[in-house]
Amino acid sequence: MKKQKVKDPEEITFRNALAHGDAATRCSAVIMGAGNFAHRQIGKGLMYLAVELLFFLYMAELGVGFLKGLVTLGTNKGGEVWNDAKQVYEYTSGDNSMLFLLYGTFTLFVIFFFVMVWADGLRSAYKSQIYAKHGRHLNTFAEDIRALFDGNLYKFLLSGPLVCIFAFTIVPLVFMALIAFTNYDQHHQPPGSLFHWVGLENFQAMLSSDNGLGYAFWHILGWTIVWAIFATFLNYIFGIVLALIINRRDTKLKSLWRFIFVLSIAVPQFVSLLIMRTMLQPDGAVNVLLKNAGLIQRSLPFWTDATWARVTVIIINLWVGIPFTMLQVTGILQNIPKELYEAAEMDGAGPLTIFFKITMPYILFVTTPYLITSFVGNINNFNVIYLLTGGAPVSMDYNNGTAGKTDLLVTWLYKLTIDKKNYNYGAVISILVFILSATFSLIALKKSKVLENEEAFQ
Amino acid sequence: MSRQARNILVHAILVVLSVIWLFPLFWVVMISFRAEKGSYTTTFLPKSWTLKNYTTLFTDTDVFNFPRWFLNTLVVALVSCVIATFFIVSIAYVMSRLRFKARKMMLNMSLILGMFPGFMAMIAIYYILKGVGLTQGGLKLVALTIVYSGGSGILNYFVCKGFFDTIPKELDEAARLDGATNMQIFTKITLPLSKPIVVYTILTSFIGPWCDFIFSKVIIGTDANYYTVAIGLWNMLQKENIYQWYTRFASGAVCISVPIAILYIAMQKYYTDGLTGAVKG
Repeated sequence: MKKQKVKDPEEITFRNALAHGDAATRCSAVIMGAGNFAHRQIGKGLMYLAVELLFFLYMAELGVGFLKGLVTLGTNKGGEVWNDAKQVYEYTSGDNSMLFLLYGTFTLFVIFFFVMVWADGLRSAYKSQIYAKHGRHLNTFAEDIRALFDGNLYKFLLSGPLVCIFAFTIVPLVFMALIAFTNYDQHHQPPGSLFHWVGLENFQAMLSSDNGLGYAFWHILGWTIVWAIFATFLNYIFGIVLALIINRRDTKLKSLWRFIFVLSIAVPQFVSLLIMRTMLQPDGAVNVLLKNAGLIQRSLPFWTDATWARVTVIIINLWVGIPFTMLQVTGILQNIPKELYEAAEMDGAGPLTIFFKITMPYILFVTTPYLITSFVGNINNFNVIYLLTGGAPVSMDYNNGTAGKTDLLVTWLYKLTIDKKNYNYGAVISILVFILSATFSLIALKKSKVLENEEAFQ
Repeated sequence: MSRQARNILVHAILVVLSVIWLFPLFWVVMISFRAEKGSYTTTFLPKSWTLKNYTTLFTDTDVFNFPRWFLNTLVVALVSCVIATFFIVSIAYVMSRLRFKARKMMLNMSLILGMFPGFMAMIAIYYILKGVGLTQGGLKLVALTIVYSGGSGILNYFVCKGFFDTIPKELDEAARLDGATNMQIFTKITLPLSKPIVVYTILTSFIGPWCDFIFSKVIIGTDANYYTVAIGLWNMLQKENIYQWYTRFASGAVCISVPIAILYIAMQKYYTDGLTGAVKG
């Protein structure tokens, strides 16, 4: 049965405020807080008014200039300018396109937040109007404050985290995305040089396969996907096998084995990965020991041959990842209801049947979200690749050697931006990687119905 | 195969696997006690043993100031673990116990934002911090603290939320009948019942900065005074330093790994305690 939406003009919504509000309420659209003043909510009204004044002050003093800057990204290159009055060359610093972009983005967010507060102000005004009409009690300012610790506790507790999430997650992501549409590369480095908007040029360069950049992109993307598949599923399968072996009824010293594997992940990753990198160098410990034992004549090319390096990182990632899966699955195994097994045994099911009909489906069901996040995590597995190989062996085919055969898109992104200062291409890669991982996880999550079922995360 | 043969086989496999998994760790410990310099060795055990690697690591601070890095990391980790824990517990509580209009939207948003690797925003964060002037000298550490406490890490509140979900709602309702506000319910009822998961959150947010490599590398850059332990140790293994510093790297690694490993294992315990729920039947 479809729920009929009943239009209630007294519902406190933005639309109703404009359509059915009285003079004071509508006046709040221009002079924020007017509706609150009319109903003696002085404190609240003053706050809305203050927000409005601050906003217009900001826009007049800085905001408009920043928005203009966002459009032009700077026009004055800077440099030495002849000062006729003083008869000397004067150095002017010029415009910094990067700061223009940053401040412009910031201003966009300020406008966005102002519009939110503005709409909220209208709703608040309409609420006071409706409440006054029915003679219901309107909160005083002090009561509003008190409500922050009770009915509105969520506003109070979430304010800090939300500010942080905007400042350190959402704004940076928008800023990064905007850079993808500029030519902010190594030849356009502010200050001293300007960059400007170039539309979709960077995407074209990245996605076409007839230049060094596109060639590198498609090959690295291929390897990234191969890596993510191997890294995720091998870890998953072996982790489950290990957990099953340890949790068998007849296995002795269960907690000792568990402890050993947990110990290996308890040590910070950069320590264990850096150690393994040195151990596997051409004259590192492993090669020397094998040579001394007479097993090999020449050093094994762990990091110098492309195929060897790729297989080696996958194998070492097993060392890193298996204990994680083992831990997860151990927890799950202990939670499988014992009654299921007892019933199955009574029906005469053998160990194999029990495994495939009970244990495995249960594990699969509970670990699907884990599988999805670890797949996305592996697409972006910076640590393992960067600390082990740094992307080596370098391939000259890949955009003149900016990338190597084991580079993932993230490590390449790191090199392009931090080492080569090609921020525009870095940003393009970020966007493409995000699209890749977000589509994948959304499809997978939808299919496994995790989004609808919150309990699956518990 | 008889049952006994199968058992022997399983235990043999476990022993082999344990050796493989422990070998690198054992190797670091061996190097840290080795008297010979350099990263290339021809023997498994050191030829001569020494404690000097540990003592010089803390006393010889001209080139690489390990005690200073240790202090940097400790301060950053302590401050950011307090703030991050407060944030994570707050979000988890709000999402678990309180109902409001935007809740569903926020849950989904945080799920999607959590899929962005923190790494992607990092370069932009660096510029934002630079724009506010937090990338000069000692302020770099402040910047690092802010990023660790307010960065994308706070989106990992799902474990904590899952724990709060297991606390019976009747407790809240009873308290509300007695006139308690939501804030009082949060601080006087929910939090005291949630010790394992709060400790778990504190430990994860404390361990994070010690193990993080990327963020600190981007934000700190090349200023050795403000290194955290992770980048400092990484630098010891760069081509120009590795011969001189390899053994001291190992002793530094041991110094960091032992406490972190202990905390990590403690964290696992609290995690499992947390999974079994707040009020045991």
